[in-house]
Amino acid sequence: MSEIRNELKYASSHEWARLEEDGTVTVGISDHAQDALGDVVYVETPEVGQTLSAGEEAGVVESVKAASDIYAPISGEVVAINEALEDEPETVNSSPYDDGWFFKVKPSDEGELEKLLDADAYKAESEEG
Amino acid sequence: MGNKTALYDAHVAMGGKMVDFGGWDMPLHYGSQLEEHHKVRQDAGMFDVSHMTVVDVDGAGARDYLRSLLANDVAKLDGNPGKALYTGMLNPKGGVVDDLIVYLRDPGYRVVVNCATREKDLAWMNEQAKAFDVTLTERPHLAMVAIQGPQAIEKVKEVMGIDWTAAISGLKVFNSFARGDWFIARTGYTGEDGLEIMLNNEDAPGFWQALADAGVAPCGLGARDTLRLEAGMNLYGNEMDDNTSPLQANMAWTIVWEPEDRQFIGREALAQEKAAGVEHKLVGLVLDGRGVLRAGQKVVVDDSDRRGIITSGTFSPTLGFSIAMARVPVSVGDTAQVEIRNKLVPVRVVKPSFVRNGKPLV
Repeated sequence: MSEIRNELKYASSHEWARLEEDGTVTVGISDHAQDALGDVVYVETPEVGQTLSAGEEAGVVESVKAASDIYAPISGEVVAINEALEDEPETVNSSPYDDGWFFKVKPSDEGELEKLLDADAYKAESEEG
Repeated sequence: MGNKTALYDAHVAMGGKMVDFGGWDMPLHYGSQLEEHHKVRQDAGMFDVSHMTVVDVDGAGARDYLRSLLANDVAKLDGNPGKALYTGMLNPKGGVVDDLIVYLRDPGYRVVVNCATREKDLAWMNEQAKAFDVTLTERPHLAMVAIQGPQAIEKVKEVMGIDWTAAISGLKVFNSFARGDWFIARTGYTGEDGLEIMLNNEDAPGFWQALADAGVAPCGLGARDTLRLEAGMNLYGNEMDDNTSPLQANMAWTIVWEPEDRQFIGREALAQEKAAGVEHKLVGLVLDGRGVLRAGQKVVVDDSDRRGIITSGTFSPTLGFSIAMARVPVSVGDTAQVEIRNKLVPVRVVKPSFVRNGKPLV
């Protein structure tokens, strides 16, 4: 069974979002998503300073078997990317909710977080397939 | 629900992630495709390939039949029971109906074709058989296990015991021997040494478990694909199909033109294509930068507005970068560009063979 963390918000496209104390939002992909992808070998993140709209393509994660787009779960300016993933993309598999984060945005509208799925809703959706 | 091999329960018990493959429920991996890949390159891994189709070809006309059916010439096997031959089975247009291995038995022949093409192959083989004194018999009661890697043969000997040691030790590459329903061939699809073993379905689970107990890692279709791609081996449906000539699929070496009066199916079309000049060839691509080459991506070749296409691409676990096979205009030079998500990325063009016996070739 894949892990779904209660404190996070989720997009149907399997990204998670976490509101940090400094007001930024950290984004990654769910345990369910990394498990479905298999061994991750390459991650393409957005660039710091780039402005993203919710639902916009924000990068790519590639496993041995497939490529999958990453979408911004929330609008805002990218303020940090996880540079460690360049050399150790497998961190996405081993620690999808912690060390395997992708990027952080400064949200333009924090209210958008409420439009995302909570843990129960995401669980229901990801179990349907 | 798909077809299940005799090893289905063993796969599930070992944590196999089961997926549909050509109508069969097969393991994609047992946890990590990468670890399985490395195990085969460095030690020993095993694959359930029971979904492949085994057909025995018997009768007085078997040799003549196969010399007509196949582009390679089974006359090469004469006098060497057990010897194997890789070949294309072509249609009259020179396209590849399937690629297969044929073994000389004593008497008769054994042919192993792909599972995804089973019905098409059997229909074609039966149709062509009408003109010959030949009997085709499918062998669904046989399971098949491929044990591959530098330690594979040693581990099989350990499991099978003293009665088999001499026979297995004496087995040359691309040869086989049979004992009862057991059929042991030194062949494979990984670029490593190893064996492919056919045995009765009821014996398969015990054999699989004994191999696992001896430290042979169960490996899924995922690792099988990255291993064969590193080895530069074609996959039917990717590198070639009914509309692809073997001359454009790096299979020219499997076509035997002599003697001139051997009229194998597809010969005329291939001869015409050769005379007119073959327009495309299959090459290897190496991406030195970051990213992953994938099947379907377009290849831009200098001095040509015609595009090539990647037929198979992956991240190479052994090499640590991405590799691909691609069909490109023959004018291709040492470099090309691949279109990845609307960006052109430079790649090196190499022979389509990247890793052999654990050693990088690029």
